[in-house]
Amino acid sequence: MTTAASAEAGGLFGWLDRSRTVAKPGFSRWLVPPAALCVHLSIGQVYAFSVFNLPMTKLIGITEPAPGDWKLTELGWIFSIAIVFLGLAAAFTGTWLDRVGPRKAMFTAALCFGGGFLVSALGVHLHQLWLIYLGYGVLGGCGLGLGYISPVKTLITWFPDRPGMATGMAIMGFGGGAMIASPLSVALMDYFSSPTDVGVASTFVTMGLIYLTFMMIGAALVRVPAHGWLPEGYEPPAQPKKMVTSAHVHVDEALKTPQFYLLWGVLCLNVTAGIGVLGQASAMSQEMFPGRISAAAAAGFVGLLSLFNMIGRFFWASTSDYIGRRNTYMIFFALGMALYAAVPWTGHTGSIVLFVLFYCVIMTMYGGGFATIPAYLRDVFGVRYVGAIHGRLLTAWSTAGVLGPVLVNYIREYQINQGVPKADAYSVTMYIMAGLLFVGFILNWLMTPVDEKHHMTEEELKASMET
Amino acid sequence: MTETAHQQSVSGANKIKLVLAWAFVSIPLLWGVYNTLDKASQLFR
Repeated sequence: MTTAASAEAGGLFGWLDRSRTVAKPGFSRWLVPPAALCVHLSIGQVYAFSVFNLPMTKLIGITEPAPGDWKLTELGWIFSIAIVFLGLAAAFTGTWLDRVGPRKAMFTAALCFGGGFLVSALGVHLHQLWLIYLGYGVLGGCGLGLGYISPVKTLITWFPDRPGMATGMAIMGFGGGAMIASPLSVALMDYFSSPTDVGVASTFVTMGLIYLTFMMIGAALVRVPAHGWLPEGYEPPAQPKKMVTSAHVHVDEALKTPQFYLLWGVLCLNVTAGIGVLGQASAMSQEMFPGRISAAAAAGFVGLLSLFNMIGRFFWASTSDYIGRRNTYMIFFALGMALYAAVPWTGHTGSIVLFVLFYCVIMTMYGGGFATIPAYLRDVFGVRYVGAIHGRLLTAWSTAGVLGPVLVNYIREYQINQGVPKADAYSVTMYIMAGLLFVGFILNWLMTPVDEKHHMTEEELKASMET
Repeated sequence: MTETAHQQSVSGANKIKLVLAWAFVSIPLLWGVYNTLDKASQLFR
Protein backbone atom coordinates (compact mmCIF):
# COMPACT_ATOMS: atom_id res chain seq x y z
CA MET A 1 0.00 0.00 0.00
CA THR A 2 1.39 3.40 -0.90
CA THR A 3 1.69 6.20 1.62
CA ALA A 4 -1.22 8.09 0.11
CA ALA A 5 -3.40 5.02 -0.01
CA SER A 6 -2.75 4.12 3.61
CA ALA A 7 -3.62 7.65 4.66
CA GLU A 8 -6.84 7.48 2.73
CA ALA A 9 -7.55 4.17 4.41
CA GLY A 10 -7.24 6.04 7.73
CA GLY A 11 -8.11 3.68 10.55
CA LEU A 12 -6.94 3.80 14.12
CA PHE A 13 -3.32 4.45 13.19
CA GLY A 14 -3.94 6.57 10.10
CA TRP A 15 -2.74 9.67 11.97
CA LEU A 16 0.73 8.14 12.15
CA ASP A 17 1.15 8.08 8.42
CA ARG A 18 3.82 10.33 6.94
CA SER A 19 1.31 12.00 4.59
CA ARG A 20 -0.76 13.08 7.62
CA THR A 21 2.27 14.83 9.14
CA VAL A 22 2.92 17.21 6.25
CA ALA A 23 2.66 20.76 7.66
CA LYS A 24 -0.14 22.98 6.42
CA PRO A 25 0.48 26.63 5.48
CA GLY A 26 0.78 28.78 8.61
CA PHE A 27 2.61 26.10 10.60
CA SER A 28 5.59 27.43 12.53
CA ARG A 29 8.77 25.37 12.21
CA TRP A 30 9.58 26.38 15.80
CA LEU A 31 6.97 23.84 16.93
CA VAL A 32 9.22 21.02 15.78
CA PRO A 33 12.03 21.48 18.35
CA PRO A 34 9.60 21.12 21.33
CA ALA A 35 8.21 17.98 19.66
CA ALA A 36 11.73 16.60 19.44
CA LEU A 37 12.44 17.73 23.01
CA CYS A 38 9.40 15.78 24.27
CA VAL A 39 11.16 12.65 23.07
CA HIS A 40 14.74 13.53 23.96
CA LEU A 41 13.94 14.86 27.45
CA SER A 42 12.17 11.54 28.11
CA ILE A 43 14.80 9.14 26.81
CA GLY A 44 17.57 11.19 28.46
CA GLN A 45 16.30 9.52 31.63
CA VAL A 46 18.69 6.66 30.85
CA TYR A 47 21.62 8.64 32.30
CA ALA A 48 19.78 8.77 35.64
CA PHE A 49 18.92 5.08 35.79
CA SER A 50 21.62 4.50 38.41
CA VAL A 51 19.38 6.15 41.07
CA PHE A 52 17.37 2.89 41.06
CA ASN A 53 20.39 0.64 41.54
CA LEU A 54 20.78 0.97 45.30
CA PRO A 55 17.04 0.65 46.12
CA MET A 56 16.88 -2.41 43.85
CA THR A 57 19.54 -4.12 45.98
CA LYS A 58 17.08 -3.91 48.92
CA LEU A 59 13.82 -5.14 47.38
CA ILE A 60 13.63 -8.04 49.87
CA GLY A 61 15.58 -6.63 52.82
CA ILE A 62 13.98 -3.14 52.44
CA THR A 63 16.40 -1.34 54.80
CA GLU A 64 19.50 -3.30 53.78
CA PRO A 65 20.35 -6.05 51.27
CA ALA A 66 19.11 -9.50 52.33
CA PRO A 67 19.95 -12.97 50.97
CA GLY A 68 18.27 -13.29 47.56
CA ASP A 69 18.49 -9.55 46.85
CA TRP A 70 20.14 -8.51 43.59
CA LYS A 71 23.76 -7.35 43.56
CA LEU A 72 24.95 -4.03 42.12
CA THR A 73 27.09 -5.87 39.57
CA GLU A 74 23.98 -7.68 38.28
CA LEU A 75 21.99 -4.43 38.17
CA GLY A 76 24.78 -2.61 36.29
CA TRP A 77 23.95 -4.76 33.26
CA ILE A 78 20.54 -3.08 32.85
CA PHE A 79 22.16 0.19 31.73
CA SER A 80 24.74 -1.58 29.58
CA ILE A 81 22.08 -3.65 27.77
CA ALA A 82 20.00 -0.50 27.19
CA ILE A 83 22.97 1.34 25.64
CA VAL A 84 23.87 -1.62 23.42
CA PHE A 85 20.27 -1.85 22.18
CA LEU A 86 20.22 1.91 21.70
CA GLY A 87 23.07 1.53 19.21
CA LEU A 88 21.56 -1.54 17.54
CA ALA A 89 18.09 -0.01 17.20
CA ALA A 90 19.52 3.24 15.84
CA ALA A 91 21.61 1.31 13.33
CA PHE A 92 18.90 -1.05 12.12
CA THR A 93 15.79 1.15 12.17
CA GLY A 94 17.24 4.19 10.39
CA THR A 95 16.08 3.10 6.93
CA TRP A 96 12.61 2.17 8.21
CA LEU A 97 12.34 5.55 9.95
CA ASP A 98 13.27 7.25 6.73
CA ARG A 99 10.40 5.48 4.99
CA VAL A 100 7.63 5.86 7.59
CA GLY A 101 8.45 9.34 8.85
CA PRO A 102 9.07 10.80 12.31
CA ARG A 103 5.60 10.42 13.81
CA LYS A 104 5.35 6.66 13.48
CA ALA A 105 8.95 6.34 14.71
CA MET A 106 8.30 8.55 17.76
CA PHE A 107 5.09 6.65 18.49
CA THR A 108 6.95 3.32 18.37
CA ALA A 109 9.76 4.75 20.50
CA ALA A 110 7.19 5.88 23.09
CA LEU A 111 5.61 2.43 23.22
CA CYS A 112 9.01 0.76 23.59
CA PHE A 113 10.39 3.17 26.19
CA GLY A 114 7.20 3.48 28.25
CA GLY A 115 6.50 -0.24 27.82
CA GLY A 116 10.03 -1.03 28.96
CA PHE A 117 9.30 0.65 32.30
CA LEU A 118 6.04 -1.29 32.69
CA VAL A 119 7.71 -4.65 31.96
CA SER A 120 10.47 -3.71 34.41
CA ALA A 121 7.87 -2.88 37.07
CA LEU A 122 6.53 -6.41 36.62
CA GLY A 123 10.09 -7.69 36.94
CA VAL A 124 10.52 -5.86 40.24
CA HIS A 125 7.12 -7.04 41.47
CA LEU A 126 7.89 -10.70 40.63
CA HIS A 127 11.57 -10.27 41.56
CA GLN A 128 12.70 -11.55 38.16
CA LEU A 129 15.82 -9.71 37.01
CA TRP A 130 15.62 -11.10 33.47
CA LEU A 131 12.33 -9.25 33.03
CA ILE A 132 14.12 -5.97 33.79
CA TYR A 133 16.93 -6.85 31.37
CA LEU A 134 14.24 -7.53 28.77
CA GLY A 135 12.01 -4.58 29.72
CA TYR A 136 14.28 -1.61 30.34
CA GLY A 137 17.35 -3.13 28.67
CA VAL A 138 16.04 -4.56 25.39
CA LEU A 139 12.64 -2.92 24.89
CA GLY A 140 13.59 0.39 26.52
CA GLY A 141 16.94 0.35 24.68
CA CYS A 142 15.12 0.00 21.34
CA GLY A 143 12.93 2.97 22.36
CA LEU A 144 16.08 4.93 23.18
CA GLY A 145 17.70 4.27 19.81
CA LEU A 146 14.62 4.92 17.76
CA GLY A 147 13.64 7.97 19.80
CA TYR A 148 17.14 9.41 19.55
CA ILE A 149 17.31 9.39 15.75
CA SER A 150 13.64 9.95 14.94
CA PRO A 151 13.54 13.79 14.93
CA VAL A 152 17.03 14.40 13.50
CA LYS A 153 16.31 14.41 9.77
CA THR A 154 13.03 16.28 10.30
CA LEU A 155 14.83 19.06 12.18
CA ILE A 156 17.55 19.31 9.54
CA THR A 157 14.88 19.62 6.83
CA TRP A 158 13.00 22.32 8.75
CA PHE A 159 16.17 24.29 9.50
CA PRO A 160 18.37 24.14 6.38
CA ASP A 161 19.77 27.53 7.42
CA ARG A 162 20.74 26.38 10.95
CA PRO A 163 20.89 22.56 11.07
CA GLY A 164 23.44 22.49 13.89
CA MET A 165 21.32 24.66 16.17
CA ALA A 166 18.18 22.65 15.41
CA THR A 167 19.64 19.22 16.12
CA GLY A 168 21.62 20.68 19.02
CA MET A 169 18.38 21.79 20.64
CA ALA A 170 16.91 18.29 20.49
CA ILE A 171 20.04 16.46 21.53
CA MET A 172 20.43 18.98 24.36
CA GLY A 173 17.21 17.44 25.68
CA PHE A 174 18.90 14.06 25.88
CA GLY A 175 21.55 15.63 28.11
CA GLY A 176 18.94 17.42 30.21
CA GLY A 177 16.62 14.44 30.63
CA ALA A 178 18.68 13.03 33.48
CA MET A 179 18.42 16.30 35.41
CA ILE A 180 14.65 15.90 35.43
CA ALA A 181 14.58 12.14 35.91
CA SER A 182 16.98 12.00 38.83
CA PRO A 183 15.02 14.20 41.32
CA LEU A 184 11.71 12.90 39.93
CA SER A 185 12.72 9.27 40.56
CA VAL A 186 13.90 10.04 44.09
CA ALA A 187 10.70 11.96 44.87
CA LEU A 188 8.48 9.17 43.50
CA MET A 189 10.36 6.45 45.40
CA ASP A 190 9.99 8.52 48.60
CA TYR A 191 6.26 8.87 47.93
CA PHE A 192 5.63 5.19 47.17
CA SER A 193 7.94 3.66 49.77
CA SER A 194 6.52 2.01 52.87
CA PRO A 195 7.91 -0.24 55.64
CA THR A 196 7.33 -3.21 53.31
CA ASP A 197 8.19 -1.70 49.93
CA VAL A 198 11.05 0.43 48.57
CA GLY A 199 8.63 1.88 46.00
CA VAL A 200 10.60 1.00 42.86
CA ALA A 201 7.81 -0.92 41.06
CA SER A 202 5.23 1.85 41.54
CA THR A 203 7.82 4.44 40.47
CA PHE A 204 8.53 2.45 37.30
CA VAL A 205 4.80 2.31 36.47
CA THR A 206 4.37 6.04 37.09
CA MET A 207 7.44 7.02 35.09
CA GLY A 208 6.49 4.65 32.27
CA LEU A 209 3.10 6.33 31.97
CA ILE A 210 4.55 9.86 32.26
CA TYR A 211 7.14 9.19 29.54
CA LEU A 212 4.61 7.43 27.32
CA THR A 213 2.33 10.49 27.49
CA PHE A 214 5.16 12.99 27.06
CA MET A 215 6.57 11.20 24.02
CA MET A 216 3.11 10.75 22.48
CA ILE A 217 2.59 14.52 22.70
CA GLY A 218 5.87 14.91 20.81
CA ALA A 219 4.64 12.46 18.17
CA ALA A 220 1.37 14.38 17.82
CA LEU A 221 3.18 17.73 17.49
CA VAL A 222 5.78 16.74 14.92
CA ARG A 223 5.33 17.74 11.28
CA VAL A 224 7.40 17.35 8.15
CA PRO A 225 7.69 20.20 5.66
CA ALA A 226 5.99 19.96 2.26
CA HIS A 227 8.33 18.90 -0.54
CA GLY A 228 10.48 21.80 -1.65
CA TRP A 229 9.63 23.96 1.37
CA LEU A 230 12.21 26.56 2.38
CA PRO A 231 12.19 29.06 5.26
CA GLU A 232 11.12 32.60 4.48
CA GLY A 233 13.97 34.63 3.04
CA TYR A 234 16.30 31.67 2.81
CA GLU A 235 18.08 30.97 -0.44
CA PRO A 236 20.39 27.96 -0.64
CA PRO A 237 23.96 29.20 -1.19
CA ALA A 238 24.76 29.32 -4.90
CA GLN A 239 28.37 28.41 -4.15
CA PRO A 240 28.28 25.74 -1.38
CA LYS A 241 31.19 25.54 1.04
CA LYS A 242 33.89 22.98 0.29
CA MET A 243 32.81 20.59 3.05
CA VAL A 244 29.06 21.02 2.49
CA THR A 245 27.53 18.94 -0.28
CA SER A 246 24.31 19.67 -2.11
CA ALA A 247 24.25 16.06 -3.36
CA HIS A 248 22.89 12.99 -1.54
CA VAL A 249 24.56 9.70 -0.66
CA HIS A 250 22.52 6.53 -0.12
CA VAL A 251 22.90 4.98 3.33
CA ASP A 252 24.34 1.74 1.88
CA GLU A 253 26.76 3.72 -0.29
CA ALA A 254 27.82 5.86 2.69
CA LEU A 255 29.19 2.73 4.36
CA LYS A 256 31.56 2.32 1.40
CA THR A 257 33.15 5.74 1.90
CA PRO A 258 36.21 6.42 4.06
CA GLN A 259 34.40 9.52 5.40
CA PHE A 260 31.87 7.35 7.26
CA TYR A 261 34.64 5.48 9.09
CA LEU A 262 36.59 8.67 9.79
CA LEU A 263 33.48 10.19 11.39
CA TRP A 264 32.81 6.92 13.21
CA GLY A 265 36.31 7.16 14.70
CA VAL A 266 35.89 10.87 15.48
CA LEU A 267 32.67 10.25 17.43
CA CYS A 268 33.96 7.10 19.11
CA LEU A 269 37.17 8.75 20.36
CA ASN A 270 35.45 11.94 21.54
CA VAL A 271 32.86 9.88 23.44
CA THR A 272 35.40 7.36 24.80
CA ALA A 273 37.46 10.14 26.36
CA GLY A 274 34.36 11.90 27.71
CA ILE A 275 32.69 8.80 29.18
CA GLY A 276 36.01 7.71 30.63
CA VAL A 277 36.50 10.85 32.69
CA LEU A 278 32.80 11.34 33.43
CA GLY A 279 32.65 7.92 35.07
CA GLN A 280 35.51 8.73 37.42
CA ALA A 281 34.67 12.39 38.07
CA SER A 282 33.21 11.84 41.53
CA ALA A 283 36.01 9.62 42.86
CA MET A 284 38.67 11.72 41.14
CA SER A 285 37.48 14.99 42.70
CA GLN A 286 37.48 13.48 46.19
CA GLU A 287 40.87 11.76 45.85
CA MET A 288 42.63 14.70 44.20
CA PHE A 289 41.34 17.10 46.86
CA PRO A 290 41.14 14.92 50.02
CA GLY A 291 39.28 16.59 52.87
CA ARG A 292 38.25 19.51 50.66
CA ILE A 293 35.60 17.85 48.48
CA SER A 294 33.07 15.72 50.40
CA ALA A 295 30.95 12.92 48.91
CA ALA A 296 27.92 15.28 48.83
CA ALA A 297 29.96 17.99 47.11
CA ALA A 298 31.26 15.41 44.62
CA ALA A 299 27.64 14.45 43.80
CA GLY A 300 26.94 18.14 43.19
CA PHE A 301 30.02 18.27 40.96
CA VAL A 302 28.69 15.38 38.84
CA GLY A 303 25.35 17.20 38.54
CA LEU A 304 27.17 20.32 37.40
CA LEU A 305 28.92 18.26 34.72
CA SER A 306 25.50 17.07 33.45
CA LEU A 307 24.45 20.68 33.16
CA PHE A 308 27.54 21.62 31.14
CA ASN A 309 27.13 18.48 29.04
CA MET A 310 23.64 19.79 28.16
CA ILE A 311 24.74 23.39 27.56
CA GLY A 312 27.59 22.18 25.31
CA ARG A 313 25.15 20.32 23.10
CA PHE A 314 23.31 23.48 22.19
CA PHE A 315 26.27 25.86 22.27
CA TRP A 316 28.73 23.90 20.11
CA ALA A 317 26.14 22.61 17.63
CA SER A 318 24.87 26.19 17.10
CA THR A 319 28.43 27.52 16.84
CA SER A 320 29.19 24.90 14.18
CA ASP A 321 26.65 26.58 11.88
CA TYR A 322 29.01 29.57 11.74
CA ILE A 323 32.50 28.09 11.98
CA GLY A 324 31.86 24.75 10.22
CA ARG A 325 31.65 21.20 11.62
CA ARG A 326 35.24 20.22 10.85
CA ASN A 327 36.58 23.29 12.65
CA THR A 328 34.29 22.63 15.61
CA TYR A 329 35.71 19.14 16.03
CA MET A 330 39.23 20.54 15.59
CA ILE A 331 38.51 22.72 18.63
CA PHE A 332 37.09 19.74 20.58
CA PHE A 333 40.22 17.72 19.99
CA ALA A 334 42.86 20.46 20.30
CA LEU A 335 41.35 22.22 23.32
CA GLY A 336 40.35 18.82 24.75
CA MET A 337 43.93 17.56 24.59
CA ALA A 338 45.20 20.65 26.43
CA LEU A 339 42.50 20.47 29.13
CA TYR A 340 42.73 16.70 29.73
CA ALA A 341 46.50 17.03 30.10
CA ALA A 342 46.10 20.05 32.42
CA VAL A 343 43.61 18.46 34.85
CA PRO A 344 46.33 16.61 36.85
CA TRP A 345 48.18 19.94 37.15
CA THR A 346 45.14 21.52 38.85
CA GLY A 347 45.35 18.77 41.46
CA HIS A 348 49.03 19.50 42.10
CA THR A 349 48.34 23.21 42.50
CA GLY A 350 45.32 22.49 44.72
CA SER A 351 42.99 24.70 42.67
CA ILE A 352 39.43 23.36 42.93
CA VAL A 353 38.10 26.26 40.84
CA LEU A 354 40.42 25.46 37.90
CA PHE A 355 39.72 21.72 38.28
CA VAL A 356 35.95 22.31 38.08
CA LEU A 357 36.32 24.84 35.26
CA PHE A 358 38.48 22.53 33.10
CA TYR A 359 36.16 19.60 33.72
CA CYS A 360 33.09 21.68 32.82
CA VAL A 361 34.61 22.84 29.52
CA ILE A 362 35.59 19.21 28.74
CA MET A 363 31.97 18.19 29.34
CA THR A 364 30.62 20.87 26.98
CA MET A 365 32.79 19.35 24.25
CA TYR A 366 31.70 15.81 25.11
CA GLY A 367 28.05 16.84 24.70
CA GLY A 368 28.91 19.02 21.72
CA GLY A 369 30.37 16.01 19.94
CA PHE A 370 27.02 14.21 20.05
CA ALA A 371 25.02 17.25 19.00
CA THR A 372 27.23 18.37 16.11
CA ILE A 373 27.53 14.98 14.41
CA PRO A 374 24.07 14.99 12.69
CA ALA A 375 24.83 18.31 10.98
CA TYR A 376 28.33 17.05 10.09
CA LEU A 377 26.73 14.00 8.43
CA ARG A 378 24.29 16.22 6.59
CA ASP A 379 27.19 18.34 5.28
CA VAL A 380 29.11 15.28 4.11
CA PHE A 381 26.37 12.90 2.90
CA GLY A 382 23.44 15.24 2.15
CA VAL A 383 19.97 15.34 3.71
CA ARG A 384 18.19 12.42 2.02
CA TYR A 385 19.52 9.57 4.21
CA VAL A 386 21.02 11.55 7.08
CA GLY A 387 18.71 9.91 9.66
CA ALA A 388 19.64 6.39 8.61
CA ILE A 389 23.36 7.22 8.35
CA HIS A 390 23.23 8.86 11.79
CA GLY A 391 21.66 5.67 13.14
CA ARG A 392 24.50 3.54 11.76
CA LEU A 393 27.08 5.94 13.13
CA LEU A 394 25.68 5.67 16.64
CA THR A 395 27.25 2.20 16.93
CA ALA A 396 30.36 4.30 17.69
CA TRP A 397 28.59 5.46 20.84
CA SER A 398 27.79 1.90 21.94
CA THR A 399 31.42 0.95 21.34
CA ALA A 400 32.66 3.95 23.30
CA GLY A 401 30.19 3.14 26.09
CA VAL A 402 32.05 -0.10 26.66
CA LEU A 403 35.55 1.07 25.69
CA GLY A 404 35.68 4.25 27.82
CA PRO A 405 34.95 2.82 31.27
CA VAL A 406 36.92 -0.39 30.61
CA LEU A 407 39.97 1.56 29.46
CA VAL A 408 39.84 3.97 32.40
CA ASN A 409 39.27 1.26 35.01
CA TYR A 410 41.96 -1.00 33.55
CA ILE A 411 44.58 1.76 33.40
CA ARG A 412 43.74 2.90 36.93
CA GLU A 413 43.89 -0.62 38.38
CA TYR A 414 47.18 -1.31 36.63
CA GLN A 415 48.69 1.89 37.98
CA ILE A 416 47.58 1.22 41.55
CA ASN A 417 48.90 -2.38 41.34
CA GLN A 418 52.24 -0.90 40.25
CA GLY A 419 52.33 1.12 43.48
CA VAL A 420 51.31 4.49 42.05
CA PRO A 421 49.41 6.61 44.65
CA LYS A 422 45.65 6.80 43.97
CA ALA A 423 45.62 10.53 43.23
CA ASP A 424 48.49 10.20 40.74
CA ALA A 425 46.90 7.20 38.97
CA TYR A 426 44.43 9.65 37.43
CA SER A 427 47.24 11.59 35.76
CA VAL A 428 48.20 8.69 33.48
CA THR A 429 44.53 8.12 32.60
CA MET A 430 44.11 11.76 31.61
CA TYR A 431 47.29 11.72 29.49
CA ILE A 432 46.08 8.58 27.67
CA MET A 433 42.70 10.22 27.05
CA ALA A 434 44.55 13.23 25.63
CA GLY A 435 46.39 10.77 23.37
CA LEU A 436 43.05 9.38 22.13
CA LEU A 437 41.95 12.92 21.34
CA PHE A 438 45.13 13.40 19.31
CA VAL A 439 44.15 10.38 17.18
CA GLY A 440 40.67 11.91 16.84
CA PHE A 441 42.26 15.18 15.71
CA ILE A 442 44.13 13.36 12.94
CA LEU A 443 41.00 11.51 11.78
CA ASN A 444 39.04 14.76 11.65
CA TRP A 445 41.90 16.48 9.84
CA LEU A 446 41.77 13.74 7.17
CA MET A 447 38.09 14.49 6.41
CA THR A 448 37.45 15.47 2.78
CA PRO A 449 34.26 15.74 0.69
CA VAL A 450 32.80 12.41 -0.49
CA ASP A 451 33.87 11.34 -3.98
CA GLU A 452 31.20 12.16 -6.57
CA LYS A 453 30.99 8.50 -7.64
CA HIS A 454 29.08 7.85 -4.39
CA HIS A 455 26.47 10.55 -5.05
CA MET A 456 22.92 9.53 -5.98
CA THR A 457 21.87 10.32 -9.52
CA GLU A 458 18.76 12.43 -10.18
CA GLU A 459 16.87 9.26 -11.18
CA GLU A 460 17.90 7.41 -8.03
CA LEU A 461 16.90 10.37 -5.89
CA LYS A 462 13.53 10.67 -7.59
CA ALA A 463 12.90 6.94 -7.24
CA SER A 464 13.80 7.03 -3.54
CA MET A 465 11.42 9.95 -2.95
CA GLU A 466 8.58 8.08 -4.65
CA THR A 467 9.24 5.01 -2.53
CA MET B 1 4.20 23.48 -3.58
CA THR B 2 7.17 24.34 -5.78
CA GLU B 3 10.89 24.04 -5.06
CA THR B 4 11.03 27.69 -4.09
CA ALA B 5 7.97 27.67 -1.89
CA HIS B 6 8.49 29.61 1.31
CA GLN B 7 6.98 29.59 4.76
CA GLN B 8 3.56 31.21 5.09
CA SER B 9 2.95 33.59 7.97
CA VAL B 10 2.23 31.79 11.25
CA SER B 11 -1.45 31.71 12.19
CA GLY B 12 -2.74 32.97 15.57
CA ALA B 13 -3.75 29.49 16.75
CA ASN B 14 -0.29 28.22 15.93
CA LYS B 15 1.28 31.06 17.94
CA ILE B 16 -0.65 29.93 21.02
CA LYS B 17 0.33 26.34 20.33
CA LEU B 18 3.93 27.48 20.02
CA VAL B 19 3.94 29.16 23.45
CA LEU B 20 2.24 26.17 25.08
CA ALA B 21 4.60 23.66 23.46
CA TRP B 22 7.72 25.53 24.56
CA ALA B 23 6.31 25.95 28.09
CA PHE B 24 5.52 22.23 28.19
CA VAL B 25 9.17 21.28 27.64
CA SER B 26 10.84 24.26 29.33
CA ILE B 27 9.15 24.01 32.72
CA PRO B 28 10.38 20.48 33.57
CA LEU B 29 13.80 21.30 32.13
CA LEU B 30 14.14 24.44 34.25
CA TRP B 31 13.02 22.47 37.31
CA GLY B 32 15.79 19.94 36.58
CA VAL B 33 18.38 22.71 36.10
CA TYR B 34 17.32 24.35 39.39
CA ASN B 35 17.68 21.05 41.26
CA THR B 36 21.09 20.45 39.71
CA LEU B 37 22.39 23.92 40.58
CA ASP B 38 21.04 23.57 44.11
CA LYS B 39 23.04 20.36 44.61
CA ALA B 40 26.10 21.73 42.84
CA SER B 41 26.21 24.72 45.17
CA GLN B 42 27.51 22.36 47.88
CA LEU B 43 30.75 22.16 45.93
CA PHE B 44 31.60 25.76 46.78
CA ARG B 45 30.19 25.91 50.34
